[in-house]
Amino acid sequence: MKIFATYNIKGGVGKTSAAVNLAYLAGEDGFRTLLWDLDPQAAASYVFRIQPRVKGGAKALIRGARPLDDAIKGTDFDHLDLLPADFTYRNMDLALHKAKRPTRQLSRLLGPLAADYDIVFLDCPPSISLVSENILHAVHTLLVPLIPTTLSERTFDQLTAFIDSLDGQRPAVLAFFSMLDRRKRLHREIAARLTAERPDIAATVIPAMTVIEQMAVRRAPVPAFAPRSAAAQRYRQLWTELRGRSGLT
Amino acid sequence: MATGRCREFVIEDGAGPVPRRVAAALRPHFTVAAQTRRRARQVWLDTFDWRLHTAGLVLRQVSGARSGELVLITSAGEAVASEPLPTQRWPCLIDVIPEGPLRDRLSPVVEIRALLPVARADGTLTQLRVLDGEQKTVARITLEVTALAQPAAGPLPPRLILTPVRGYQSATDRAARLLAAADGFAPSTRSAFQTVLATAGRQPGDYSDRVDVTLPESMPARTALATVLLRLADTMEANVGFVIRDVDTEFLHDLRVAVRRTRSALRLAGDALPGDLAARFAPEFKWLGDLTTPTRDLDVNLAGFDAMVARLHAAAPGDLEPLRAQLTHQRAIECRKLARGLRSARFGKLMVSWRGALDEAAAPPRAPRRSKRAHQPTADIGSLAADRIGRAYRKVAKRGAAITAAGAAGGPPAEDMHALRKRCKELRYLLEFFGSLYDPAALRRAVKDLKGLQDCLGDFQDAEVQRAEVREFATWMLARRAAPGTGQPPVSELAATLLAMGELTSQLHAQQLRARAEVAGRFAAFARAGSLRTLGLLPRMAKA
Ligand SMILES: Nc1ncnc2c1ncn2[C@@H]1O[C@H](COP(=O)(O)OP(=O)(O)OP(=O)(O)O)[C@@H](O)[C@H]1O
Ligand SMILES: [Mg+2]
Repeated sequence: MKIFATYNIKGGVGKTSAAVNLAYLAGEDGFRTLLWDLDPQAAASYVFRIQPRVKGGAKALIRGARPLDDAIKGTDFDHLDLLPADFTYRNMDLALHKAKRPTRQLSRLLGPLAADYDIVFLDCPPSISLVSENILHAVHTLLVPLIPTTLSERTFDQLTAFIDSLDGQRPAVLAFFSMLDRRKRLHREIAARLTAERPDIAATVIPAMTVIEQMAVRRAPVPAFAPRSAAAQRYRQLWTELRGRSGLT
Repeated sequence: MATGRCREFVIEDGAGPVPRRVAAALRPHFTVAAQTRRRARQVWLDTFDWRLHTAGLVLRQVSGARSGELVLITSAGEAVASEPLPTQRWPCLIDVIPEGPLRDRLSPVVEIRALLPVARADGTLTQLRVLDGEQKTVARITLEVTALAQPAAGPLPPRLILTPVRGYQSATDRAARLLAAADGFAPSTRSAFQTVLATAGRQPGDYSDRVDVTLPESMPARTALATVLLRLADTMEANVGFVIRDVDTEFLHDLRVAVRRTRSALRLAGDALPGDLAARFAPEFKWLGDLTTPTRDLDVNLAGFDAMVARLHAAAPGDLEPLRAQLTHQRAIECRKLARGLRSARFGKLMVSWRGALDEAAAPPRAPRRSKRAHQPTADIGSLAADRIGRAYRKVAKRGAAITAAGAAGGPPAEDMHALRKRCKELRYLLEFFGSLYDPAALRRAVKDLKGLQDCLGDFQDAEVQRAEVREFATWMLARRAAPGTGQPPVSELAATLLAMGELTSQLHAQQLRARAEVAGRFAAFARAGSLRTLGLLPRMAKA
């Protein structure tokens, strides 16, 4: 079972959009896929029309009073399930603090899912917290959406430096440019330069496109309601790249 | 990954198209969206001995024009796993299924048995989705309008199958209640598979390799014996067609066991049959048994090949591949000979005349004609069984005592092991034939104690047979090299193979030493357990 997470300290950079579309494409490729909406704002759950509610909330999940398995909902799509968000996830740090090895709880909880799933995507809230530290320990590849600004490289460097400082198993990191505005020369230049220079930045860029914004209205992944759109194409490319890098056959 | 329990309904006549009737029944709590409609063929699969059914599983291949899918559910209707699989010509062994959760779930159940088509139905499947207020799919509905196509043709009642999406069991239950309350949808008391089986006239579990006959103690011995032998003849005939087609290796196994049991019954109790019946048929069944031996030996060898290779330390795993190739080649040849024998007039005649003779023997004895050789129809099976089991037990005890007395270093000689093994087998067969006369719990215990001893003797014997074979193949390989013209392996390759065989021989030898060292202990345990000794002459074993 491979675990991926979309992560950035910053909000509104395209984490949820990427997690939803990539998870959908993984399922479409026949991988048994689970998407865990870890963000109490529940954007991913909303796209799949699933109530953001987990009985017992974060506490019950982390204490093990309720196995993750019980809370999982099937989406409308083959091979894709969702573990919904819950409002109590905003207090997840507290629940984690009380556990024995507070930074390894997500790894522990996800372990038993290996029998049922080939791939897990985690859609993370924008923050630095115990939750994010848990995620860094649990995942194989961290997917980092970057808005192509002058500061983005610095933000990304800070993140990779932080990951390098972690002990134990460290995730691979794959950043990609998100919401690239093709009308802005600076965006284009930064994206072109960095994708060429840095192996940890994906070759695929996800430009700003209205069809991606429409996900919230259509309440479905882009490739499901606009399979031939340029946006679906880009996410497919990004998925192929991620798939190749993580050795999924 | 839908998990949860399916609900099935029989669709009764009503006004309007079914999807519209479903939508009306579920309003206003749910809406219904149509999805797809396709022609499909469904084939239900199981092993010949109904292993899936016994394990509470139902396996079905659903195939359309271009694609197919294997679907595994529990007999209670819960989804287990599914796997895309193009249409197959069943029967097939389990390796046709791609590796994955479905095969992982099946393989410990099915093992080496082939999956055979139990029934086939053709028709149209219409998919509907049940949506909640958020337009989220909470359940799926399949409308099945199909007809049975095999093993017989016949209409099947149209069905509606309601499958929950994972995590939406309660919404699905609600939809089920709404459907049940509406006119025209009757909750089905039987699953689709049960309906198919009933329409097809098939009985799950209609094959077993056990001698499952019930004999009243007072039944005349000849009738009882004929009943057992007819049951064994059924087993032979049930398997023989599949042996000829080489569907899986267990058919031959079951055929052979039935032949061996038949021969033992004739030897150990044949005198209870009228006239010279036993003497007349014994040679024919020996012929049949011998006919099946070469293929079976090769089956055993090939089945154990990987385990054998895994045990090698010094040799490289590939060193034995020429041997595997030779075994496989040899098996193909032997299989053809076997099929020829089983298709022969000799075999056909044997089965017909055997059944005729047994039917006659089983019938109540006619009023004694004036004849010089009046047989003894008075013996009942209760006393015959007690007599023969008692004798067989005493023989086992005698051989066992000899082995214990031998007690020498390294254990008893091979001949003694062999003799004891034969005696144990005879005893075991008698317990199987006449088991229904005794208290089931006591019998199970007796068989279990005996089995512990038999396993040890079996290990010894298996190693013996394999050693002989390895030697034979070594000879074969050298001879082939000496023979000009044949594709000769390079000397170095030949040497590697022979060395690997040497290592193997030494391992088999070690296995035999272990068995010989153990056998006295096993026999002592068997004798001590007393489950048979107390039953020795068996009055205590018989039902009061
Ligand atoms: N490539 C894109 N083109 C246009 N709009 C986009 C694109 N990616 C995301 N958006 C829009 O930007 C907003 C934020 O995107 P998204 O929710 O994916 O980001 P996020 O990083 O998960 O945000 P948050 O930090 O709030 O969880 C959404 O309205 C989304 O529709
Ligand atoms: Mg988000």
